Amino acid sequence: MQPETRNRKLMWWGVNTVVLLYAFVPVVWIVSLSLKDDATLNDGNYLPTSPSTESYSAIFSNSDFLRALANSIGICIIATLIAIVFGTMAAYAIARLDFPGKKTIVATALLVSMFPQIALVTPLFKIETALGLFDTWPGLIIPYIAFALPLAIYTLSAFFREIPWDLEKAAKMDGATPYQAFRRVITPLAMPGVFTTAILVFISCWNDFLFALSLTSTSAARTVPAAMSYFTGATTFEKPTGPIAAAAVVITIPIVIFVLVFQRRIVAGLTSGAVKG
Amino acid sequence: MTATPTSAAAQAIEDVADDGTVQIAQQRHSDAKKAERKLGLMLVAPAVVIMLAVAAYPILYAFWLSLNKADLRRPDDNEFIFLDNYITVLSSPIWWTAFGVTMLITIVGATFELILGMGLAIVMHRTLVGRGLVRTSALVPYAIVTVVAAFSWRFAWTQGLGWLAPETSAPLTEFWPSIWIIILAEVWKTVPFMALLLMAGLALVPEDLLKAASMDGASAWKRFWLVTVPLIKPAILVALLFRTLDAFRVFDNIFILTSGSNQTSSVSMVAYSNLIRGLNLGIGSAMSVLIFLTTGLIAFAFIKLFGAAAPGADAGGKR
Amino acid sequence: MAEIVLDHVVKRYPDGALAVDDFNLEIADGEFIILVGPSGCGKSTTLNMVAGLEDITAGKLIIDGQVVNDKAPKDRDIAMVFQSYALYPHMTVGDNMGFPLRLAGVDKETIRKKVGEAAELLELSQHLDRKPANLSGGQRQRVAMGRAIVRNPKAFLMDEPLSNLDAKLRVQMRTQISRIQKNLGTTTLYVTHDQTEAMTLGDRVVVMRAGIVQQVGTPAHLYAHPANLFVAGFIGSPSMNFFPGQLRGGGTVVTALGEARLPDRVRQSLDGAGSTGEVIIGIRPEHFEDASLVGDKPGATFDAPIDIVEAMGSDVYAYFTMKGDVAHSQDLDDLAKDTGNELHSGGVDVTARLDAAAQVQRGRTARLWYDTSKVQVFDAASGKNLVAAVR
Repeated sequence: MQPETRNRKLMWWGVNTVVLLYAFVPVVWIVSLSLKDDATLNDGNYLPTSPSTESYSAIFSNSDFLRALANSIGICIIATLIAIVFGTMAAYAIARLDFPGKKTIVATALLVSMFPQIALVTPLFKIETALGLFDTWPGLIIPYIAFALPLAIYTLSAFFREIPWDLEKAAKMDGATPYQAFRRVITPLAMPGVFTTAILVFISCWNDFLFALSLTSTSAARTVPAAMSYFTGATTFEKPTGPIAAAAVVITIPIVIFVLVFQRRIVAGLTSGAVKG
Repeated sequence: MTATPTSAAAQAIEDVADDGTVQIAQQRHSDAKKAERKLGLMLVAPAVVIMLAVAAYPILYAFWLSLNKADLRRPDDNEFIFLDNYITVLSSPIWWTAFGVTMLITIVGATFELILGMGLAIVMHRTLVGRGLVRTSALVPYAIVTVVAAFSWRFAWTQGLGWLAPETSAPLTEFWPSIWIIILAEVWKTVPFMALLLMAGLALVPEDLLKAASMDGASAWKRFWLVTVPLIKPAILVALLFRTLDAFRVFDNIFILTSGSNQTSSVSMVAYSNLIRGLNLGIGSAMSVLIFLTTGLIAFAFIKLFGAAAPGADAGGKR
Repeated sequence: MAEIVLDHVVKRYPDGALAVDDFNLEIADGEFIILVGPSGCGKSTTLNMVAGLEDITAGKLIIDGQVVNDKAPKDRDIAMVFQSYALYPHMTVGDNMGFPLRLAGVDKETIRKKVGEAAELLELSQHLDRKPANLSGGQRQRVAMGRAIVRNPKAFLMDEPLSNLDAKLRVQMRTQISRIQKNLGTTTLYVTHDQTEAMTLGDRVVVMRAGIVQQVGTPAHLYAHPANLFVAGFIGSPSMNFFPGQLRGGGTVVTALGEARLPDRVRQSLDGAGSTGEVIIGIRPEHFEDASLVGDKPGATFDAPIDIVEAMGSDVYAYFTMKGDVAHSQDLDDLAKDTGNELHSGGVDVTARLDAAAQVQRGRTARLWYDTSKVQVFDAASGKNLVAAVR
């Protein structure tokens, strides 16, 4: 038995190594690019031979990048908070309450989640221009909320459905109004789910490129992914590789931290909403 | 409390009868039900309003624009031209090339994603060692911003810069190498998501069932095909549906990797070029509507052909 | 505390399914009423209607002289103990018990005092700061009781509160619930599928089947005078034995046990019912006896091929199969379905509870006696008990 177990463990370590390489090779590459200095940038080596922080100094002294970073953080946090509040309310109602039109709402959310965002770019562009929302924070926050809501509603309603019915009945019997039952019994129990959903929603906002690209025109509201594609180098033909790599690393850091700290919750959140069907 | 409770109760029945409210209407809803309905509608209202405002209204508006000339370069020349934009689009080789490219990326990508995703799901589900480590690392591609990953691949394949770039050619300037790199970027990014959905399915397969199958003489391969796959079919279909719809919208990777040069544009890229770069809202909107309709067709086909249950489809059920 | 009246209460679901039909019951102040029946009989639905957790389709629910059909649960002032206990996992034991008072806006000092009293009564005082997850099953059950008790409601509703406990704890809690209810004198409606709980706890028992009340009465009355085959088969453990038979003139009945003459009292009520022909005879296990131990008490005797003997110390259980038709009726089929006991051995399976001194042996034929005066006679077609109850 003993050697067999050892062999299996070794086999699994082998497999795990493949997974780790798969996940990290492109990531390490962009980190290594960001650490290369001008002289070695074009040597084609996977790892930097003489690491330097040149690129980071460059982007952190670039006001456009700093502005974009602030935009990214601010817009995503606000969109996440609002989407979570509205999503929690809607998910609770859908999972637990009986009211007319519920099926329609579920269908709407599903439709929105399948929506090709490109189809909305023009109309949103026109509407936002007319309303003066183009190239502003709300101009991005509102569509982000709309596209985060289906995700939030599905994930959260899966969490809500796991809370035993009897607890709400008990709350009603104990004299709670439906709102009090929601506020004092269900919400505290759903907090882990809400938190998980918030991470997922934040990641999806942070990842957006198309809206950021088409609903902004200046650095007033442009987020980092869009800003990166506008970085210009010494010549118009060559993109400044080092600074782009450094910016990429900077916006990757918060996400990697999330993943490292909340791996278990993210897995639970991504899977809970999806498979119950 | 009266001394004769039963008679007091009987009295109560009569009291009610007297004041004429005996007929407790069959159709009435009790206070509790009414309160529940009201609360339900109030709670969903903000979410519904935002979703409608950002998705439903604009798509109708896009449909309207698609029936007009709506060219921002010639704003005075705007007129209702009915289906002319659609005819222009559907008779344009650019559109059909983009459509072909998109379908190719979608189908090849989704196939690889399913195979690799299943492999990764099994590893994450079964590994005897370092499970937390594997799951955490597998989340990294999912969590990384698509644009970041796309830049990483682009630099890697850029001649004279990247570690993957060949000495003598520039793959991102040729059609087929570009397509494969785009597919690679898409697959790399989305396999973990696929794997997580499939892993959730795997977790629902009872361990006892696999043990029983193994006692019945099924090899690991047979157990996988005859027990696991049929049981996780719903998870597979949901994952495939999600990925297919998502792959059809491919934009970020192409934008960064090739900017659509050498005919590598996807339908989203072409629509974007017409809308934002060409400022031809009519044509762009017609493309948007066509993409929307294709997406709907794909979803419809999945649900009809495979009976894929959309996630949350059972959310309507109480209890 | 209050009386509760259910007046022609009906529950019909939107899909048309009739869950409870024409339920009538007057529950006196302080009474302990048991709703019992197999799963799906409508007992929990009835309880939920009283609670206000489900709408009443038709009829009236009166609590303390007031029609409360349209009132929300919180306005009915009744407390409920759930099968799952439904303790709030994020609150301590004390907070769980104090929750109804907090919702009612009672001041902190009073809440502390009342929770303390209830905890004292339920021996939970040292657990008040713990979370439900850290309690044993029995302790959780008591917290659920405590939450119901603290607010001194008009009535307690209990939905199978003991079914998640192991057998020993269940007996223990059963007596405790009984004691608490008697001390507080609070009107209680208690749902169970366990006929032992029904027999031991209730002042009166309501037997339900398929949404319809079968019989209402004290446990002793239900046991001695079941209204129909269903009640007869449901109440009592081990359950009553049933034999198809023919009623002949002159008060004799022919069954697989042979011909027996029914005593005058039984015969008179049969005459009153005006019935002859096909009947089903019901005999409780304890109304059998070893014929040699009986003496000359009136009754009938027969030979039983004993299959299995279980000596319980105080009694002996003898199991045997009598050749002949098995009694068939809708009532009995429903019961068999509920217990999952649908195997038939080609005859009437009989359980007899005999004196410890009975001379019965496995594999041997024994001469047994049964008490004809305790025999129940049911109409084979309708399942109705033809022997009029004597109060």
